Amino acid sequence: MDLIRFIARRFLRLILSAFIIATIVFFVIRVIPGDPALIIAGIDANPADVQAIRTRLGTDRPILVQYGDFIWHMVRFDFGNSMISGEPVLKLILERFPLTLKLAIFGIAFSIVVALPLGVLSAVKRWSAWDYFGLVLSQLGMAIPSFWLGIILLLIFAIKIPIFPLFGSETFAHYILPIVSLGFGRAAIILRHTRASMVEELSKEYIITARAKGLTERMVKYKHALKNALLPIITVTSIELGYMLGGAIIIEQVFSMPGLGRLFLSGIYQRDFPIIQGGVVFVAILFSFINFIADILYSVANPKIRLS
Amino acid sequence: MERMASLLSIEDLRVAFSLGKKETTVLRGINLSILGNEIHGLVGESGSGKTVTSTCIIGLLPIPPARILSGHIYFDGKDLLSLPEEQMRTYRGRKIAMIFQEPAKYLNPAFKIGEQIIEMLMLHMGMKKRSAYERVVELLRLVGLDEKVIDSYPHELSGGMKQRAMIAMAISCDPDLIIADEPTTALDVTLQVQILALLKKLKDMRKLGVLFISHDLYLVSEIADRVSVIYAGRIVESATKEELFRNPLHPYTRLLMHSIPDAKKKGSKLATIPGQVPDAAEIGNGCAFANRCPIAKEDCFNDIPSYVAYENAHTVACYYAGKIWQIL
Repeated sequence: MDLIRFIARRFLRLILSAFIIATIVFFVIRVIPGDPALIIAGIDANPADVQAIRTRLGTDRPILVQYGDFIWHMVRFDFGNSMISGEPVLKLILERFPLTLKLAIFGIAFSIVVALPLGVLSAVKRWSAWDYFGLVLSQLGMAIPSFWLGIILLLIFAIKIPIFPLFGSETFAHYILPIVSLGFGRAAIILRHTRASMVEELSKEYIITARAKGLTERMVKYKHALKNALLPIITVTSIELGYMLGGAIIIEQVFSMPGLGRLFLSGIYQRDFPIIQGGVVFVAILFSFINFIADILYSVANPKIRLS
Repeated sequence: MERMASLLSIEDLRVAFSLGKKETTVLRGINLSILGNEIHGLVGESGSGKTVTSTCIIGLLPIPPARILSGHIYFDGKDLLSLPEEQMRTYRGRKIAMIFQEPAKYLNPAFKIGEQIIEMLMLHMGMKKRSAYERVVELLRLVGLDEKVIDSYPHELSGGMKQRAMIAMAISCDPDLIIADEPTTALDVTLQVQILALLKKLKDMRKLGVLFISHDLYLVSEIADRVSVIYAGRIVESATKEELFRNPLHPYTRLLMHSIPDAKKKGSKLATIPGQVPDAAEIGNGCAFANRCPIAKEDCFNDIPSYVAYENAHTVACYYAGKIWQIL
């Protein structure tokens, strides 16, 4: 019962934040300079043509009418049509989303696979060679921007030693370099959190109990400490997954992959309002949804959270 | 000769802790015998070495920074201090179990009570999950808990229930010795009484040896069969409870008894022992209590008094044991 109420509450919060974000983005893109009608018509079009385009796009209506229209359509998952191509925004987004999602999910999976074992090992064998290796790796990961790492990886593994394709997205091999460049920085952060969380749990009193019960060191560390240590890591990882979506948008540019990033970027250049609005709301809902899932996971893992 | 009869016997245990380059001796020759089917109270102020002693018994002393300088802990015919870790581990929880001061902190928050006990039964007793589960239900009833507690997380239980669960965990593998380190300090007074009664009941039922550690002499007098008084890393007096209260021989014990609050003395100032436990590093060659002792003479500062056995199995380490003086 508690779990159901908890989920309902979080879901309401998700809807509310999507609404607020939609409102903000709607007004912000209309405040910044740049008229889509002018961009479509060209700089030396005559004013009557520009006005005609405005009427067609609906941008000549009072702003509150436009806003009401936008919200009214949005609640039915209709983000309108692209001002440039005329195609439905949702269709454009959904076409490109799988690639970006794939990048983000594989990226986070890569970070977890690298960071979790190394973080736990660093905590269990503190100040050992493993720990220093993890420390150096995470310093590098946090210092190197993902797009730079992507370019360097391309230079080395696609040009100097051509093991991986240079660009495109046809096979899984195309994804490997983008995943590594995306996941490395995130792995650094997850590694630090894992280590810190594990070190903290290992110093708790219940660890003394576990030892006094005669459990093996393996059980003490990898069962009793790790289960508690995983709680904050779930939260960190889900936040990282959200950032990963943002990171994927940049990495798509480096590796010339046709994902959401390219769609949004061209939308911004062309002042294609529906694309920008739809894109931002979509990413915001996605971000909230990931946090929502993380909250549920967290509450399943930590029974205390449901009561508070 | 007493070693044969006792369940656990500590002989001349000396332990030092190093902090940076400095090493200080915190246990300065502990001698202690615990019999089966007996509650042995260990009383002392904080910092006197009670917990270090219990940590040594269960083999969880962090080495380093700690170092065992000398001594033996005989249990079950073996010297626990010489056992390799893997063998010592099979004693922990199985033959020697522990109950801690704050059950809220000492129970793992992420596992159900049942899970935390079942894993012990499976590991130590080789039980299957099914039969371990049934055993836990019995144990919970035995300590006065509802069997539903098996599926509860620690945070869902009250402080007293948590401590009962902790006790169920401690007796789960039918140990011979239980070390209870201030098990009631975090509980309110009515719960204290209940937990003490439970420990007594279990001791009688299972013929357990219990080492009951507390800073509270009054509490110890409620539960213990035998009492040892520890001061600055050394047992200064040991006797049966009745003998100790009838005839305290060490001046420290006498002063401790005098400072137990008493309803009859209501209105008068609470008696205290002036001064404080000396820092382990500052103890000289003599008796550690000498600088607070109202009857100390010059020889007390020069040499540590050794244990002297009096009648009724009453041992004391004091040159002026039994000397009566007017407590101000």
